[in-house]
Amino acid sequence: MEGLLPDLDVVRKDFPILSRVLADGRPLVYLDSANTSQKPQVVIDTMVDHLERHNANIARAMHQLGAEATAAYEDARDKVAAFLGAPDRDEVIFAKNATEALNLTANTLAWPGERQVGPGDEIVITEMEHHSNIVPWQLLCERTGATLRWFGVTDDGHLDLAHIDDLITERTKVVSLVWVSNMLGTVNPVNEIARRAHEVGALVVVDASQAAPQLPIDLASMPDEERPDLLAFTGHKVVGPTGVGVLWGRRSVLDQLPPFLGGGEMIETVTMERSTYAPIPHKFEAGTPPIVEAIGLGAAVDYLSVLGMEHVHRHEQTITAYALTGLQTVPGLRVLGPLDAAARGGAISFEIPGVHPHDVSTVLDTRGIAVRAGHHCAKPAHQRFGVQSSTRMSSYLYTTPAEIDALVEGLEYTRSYFGLD
Amino acid sequence: MSTDLDALYQEIILDHYKNPHHQGLREPFESEVHHVNPTCGDEVTLRVHLSDGPDGLRVDDVSYDALGCSISQASASVLTDLVIGRPVDDAMRIHDEFLTLMQGKGRVEPDEEVLEDGIAFAGVAKFPARIKCALLSWMAWKDATTTAQASPAGSTRPVEPVETKETR
Repeated sequence: MEGLLPDLDVVRKDFPILSRVLADGRPLVYLDSANTSQKPQVVIDTMVDHLERHNANIARAMHQLGAEATAAYEDARDKVAAFLGAPDRDEVIFAKNATEALNLTANTLAWPGERQVGPGDEIVITEMEHHSNIVPWQLLCERTGATLRWFGVTDDGHLDLAHIDDLITERTKVVSLVWVSNMLGTVNPVNEIARRAHEVGALVVVDASQAAPQLPIDLASMPDEERPDLLAFTGHKVVGPTGVGVLWGRRSVLDQLPPFLGGGEMIETVTMERSTYAPIPHKFEAGTPPIVEAIGLGAAVDYLSVLGMEHVHRHEQTITAYALTGLQTVPGLRVLGPLDAAARGGAISFEIPGVHPHDVSTVLDTRGIAVRAGHHCAKPAHQRFGVQSSTRMSSYLYTTPAEIDALVEGLEYTRSYFGLD
Repeated sequence: MSTDLDALYQEIILDHYKNPHHQGLREPFESEVHHVNPTCGDEVTLRVHLSDGPDGLRVDDVSYDALGCSISQASASVLTDLVIGRPVDDAMRIHDEFLTLMQGKGRVEPDEEVLEDGIAFAGVAKFPARIKCALLSWMAWKDATTTAQASPAGSTRPVEPVETKETR
């Protein structure tokens, strides 16, 4: 099949878990990568090697191991900066996950500082956000008296941009949106929205949790007015470990925000009366960070870069197109979101009238096929399409067409099991 | 493979799913609760009507409006069959028996005398992800009944639906 990763069989061997055989001798068909991706051996080995040979606290430890650990941690920052095409490696902040990165942003905007949000100000989000890009902004509005507004979603699963100039106005202080939807798969026009937001002086925050695994990102090459001001993603969806995420921000913006957590290593000096703060990135990395996780993430983004994100993206689009075609052969099945593979990411949510998503996922699970059933932490997006929950398949760079065939076959079986034929 | 599936989706469960008993919200009632399963979004709104009987408080009616999978829907239907018309104390014992079965990891032998159609849920206990589905309406019923017991017995005064709890 044209467009798949070259040497897909070899690539799959990099992921030990993909050779697992489940109950009843069924091979694993892992179609839940938008939930979390699997990890290549190089990530596992890098983390084990660090713990076995180089473990020490970073920055504070003056001994040899401390120097090695610090170098490895800062090397991971360089790798992440290269992965994003960040203009400045110090703009890469390690957080616990994308949720913490977004909460860091929303919290520091509520506090006194040059960017403080207040009554009369407006925050604009979208109806297709993950809960982690809704709730922090609701909290910000409750705490500051600002107003929350949002872009609606069209019937075909795109953002409704018809009223963009009425929505993003002089009152708008922040526009925060998802780059690639975890539920609908939609790829949003970040450039167009950022351009409008910057015209009115608003900050642009991008949730790149599903974009970073799939799209080549080169922040430095984006026109300044289209480049986000802050961008968040999580390590475990880019073949890295859990426990580490990234907040990238423009230096000028990060310098304007007050510190988030106070503690060790984020200070310049501390007296009993007051403290002054370290420059970025350390200003936002209080306490001992997730050291081995960050180092694992460095290995993960290196792995993706060696494969080439253009190739990963092409593979995703090829598999997604194949899956969209296959899914639509299942009688009654309705895909929620765009049907054009070129305009979407690799997460495909769907419903089969007459069978609840839980029941779909349980039947598939007994055939070794792992999908997600539920609201995928995007309840408003489900409400928009009049469904309470959906089944979601999500592919990644290691997904094969044969796995999609197994899914389609499993869905046919599900229909017959529940007597829909 | 289909043995496991068939253990989960017993005919009895699929029958209750397709033709649920006592469905819909009815009056009178003393309490109404709304429970959701936050991980999957399944929801149930459930009302109980109690009255004084010869053996103490009695479950006169349980009515509900539920959104969810086959297991959670069928479970609500079986619940109403088992508790309507019984003294609250007996119904609570059935509740405890069902809870024990669900939490028994597939090692508890269900008592058909007590659970009747509820024994069909024995297979659910082997699917950890589905236990919460089976328990959603039972937790809602217990919550609603406890609330109703705190109000004057036999009163048919409608109450405002105020309780919203998450089943974790």
